[in-house]
Amino acid sequence: MKILVCISHVPDTTSKINFTDGDSQFDANGVQFVINPNDEFGLTRAVWFQEQQAATITVVNVGGPETEPTLRKALAIGANDAIRVNANPTDSFFVAKQLAEVIKNGSYDIVIAGKESLDYNGGMVPGMIAGILGYNFLNSCIDIAIDGSNVKAIREIDGGKEAVSTTLPIIIGGQKGLVEEKDLRIPNMRGIMTARTKTLTVLEPVDASINTKAVKFEKPAPKSAVKLVAADNLDELINLLHNEAKVI
Amino acid sequence: MSILIYAESAEGKFRKVAFELASYAKKVAESLGTTVTAVTINTGDVSELSKYGVDKVLKVTNDKLAGFSAKAYADVIKQAVQKEGAKLVLLSSTTDSIYLAPLVAVSLEAGFASNVVGLPMSTSPFQVKRNAFSNKAFNITEISTDVKILGLAKNSYGIFESASNLVEEDFNPTIGDNDFGIKVESVEKGSGKVSLADADIVVSAGRGLKGPENWGMIEELASVLGAATACSKPVSDLDWRPHSEHVGQTGKPVASNLYIAIGISGAIQHIAGINSSKVKVVINTDPEAPFFKVADYGIVGDAFDVVPRLIEKLKAFKASHS
Repeated sequence: MKILVCISHVPDTTSKINFTDGDSQFDANGVQFVINPNDEFGLTRAVWFQEQQAATITVVNVGGPETEPTLRKALAIGANDAIRVNANPTDSFFVAKQLAEVIKNGSYDIVIAGKESLDYNGGMVPGMIAGILGYNFLNSCIDIAIDGSNVKAIREIDGGKEAVSTTLPIIIGGQKGLVEEKDLRIPNMRGIMTARTKTLTVLEPVDASINTKAVKFEKPAPKSAVKLVAADNLDELINLLHNEAKVI
Repeated sequence: MSILIYAESAEGKFRKVAFELASYAKKVAESLGTTVTAVTINTGDVSELSKYGVDKVLKVTNDKLAGFSAKAYADVIKQAVQKEGAKLVLLSSTTDSIYLAPLVAVSLEAGFASNVVGLPMSTSPFQVKRNAFSNKAFNITEISTDVKILGLAKNSYGIFESASNLVEEDFNPTIGDNDFGIKVESVEKGSGKVSLADADIVVSAGRGLKGPENWGMIEELASVLGAATACSKPVSDLDWRPHSEHVGQTGKPVASNLYIAIGISGAIQHIAGINSSKVKVVINTDPEAPFFKVADYGIVGDAFDVVPRLIEKLKAFKASHS
């Protein structure tokens, strides 16, 4: 069983978000980058497949050389090898096209990508890969079991969940639930050492159309201060919610 | 540039997001001097769309589509777009629409912008504003393809009435068997209670509640307000509440009209998930809790004292306003 885990290199949640060049570029200065949390749940689930069902794991990222430490971290967590497609990941379709090419050439059985990245929050790449390749696709996946080429999985839906069955190959849009937060692996020293010698292949991008582009970024207007209401004056809170905010 | 929307329903009835999407589409159509067509799948009565400015409905009724299949539904939307020659396709941000949107985009070779907030900033070039960086910034995206798809962020526009003369037309797209590679075996839905995805009001509680046995008052407050209940990450990690209630960055996103946070300090990961809510209220004993920095209204106080009294006050308020 060959698994490909798609890894986004994203700013840590606690990072201050700033822009440069007339608000046209993300300012990476002083920002700590991490494996996108939704991807990390998928990576850990893949490591379980590796341990329990002898799967091999390749991790892939579309990005510049600055993203390699994030791929090395994924190798330290347990991936067997890594691929970096050397391109700026600006448009979802362009990224999906690059990943589809990697998937075609590597004949992977399972592709796991976070259902959404923490930076652009687009939530488009896994579905677009599926659209390009015509593979089975399950988004918002919170549980998956593989037996031969049969897949049983659970998808989160609004207000509940849905059990599905399908067959390999499959593209998964992953999230918390594939594993829980407590299951996430922190790389140990041995993992970090072996990660240094694992193969990281750099590929040049294939031609693909760029359908969208981020032309500018804006920060929300500063928020006005909280209105404090005394704990013994709940009538005032109800009054504010009813007459001022008009939400009750 | 005609506009096509997918007006989503559940159990044969429109979901609220369908009306928000129709309202948005109507406004965009006015500025472009065009009309709004909606496609519906197994929706019983579609006449309600005439309240929100929809000019025409393509009604799909097909037993094969009784259960949701992203690929099959995407295929229906694609065929509707082609039939109408629509250049702008509008989708909502429900779990199902987010699932099918990228499939529609690839099949139509359309540029797709998700999480759109507000009306297009410009239609030539076509630019929209989107939530990005977990609501810490906006990204202005330009779409350059002939057909364009927008995913409207939930509760970002609102519902506005605008009467129209609705034309209904039955539509029979081709549904291939290869559209059903994913087979739904069973669906489990929380019964009776308001779901987080559809809730206008969310009552959420954190570790300040001290233990799962104290959630009775949270549920009661939610019930008085017709709200959904939610919780912080530590609470779901401790198994005090089900994981499905966890809201925040790695949990469910919330974009309600009113979000009430009780005994939640407001870690940045929590705020990232709920920041799209319009009005935020915090009740916390610690005046230094970070939640006070993002809230609109705050009460420094003990939940065990404040919440029961708030329930009584709200019951009286509801009784006098019903």
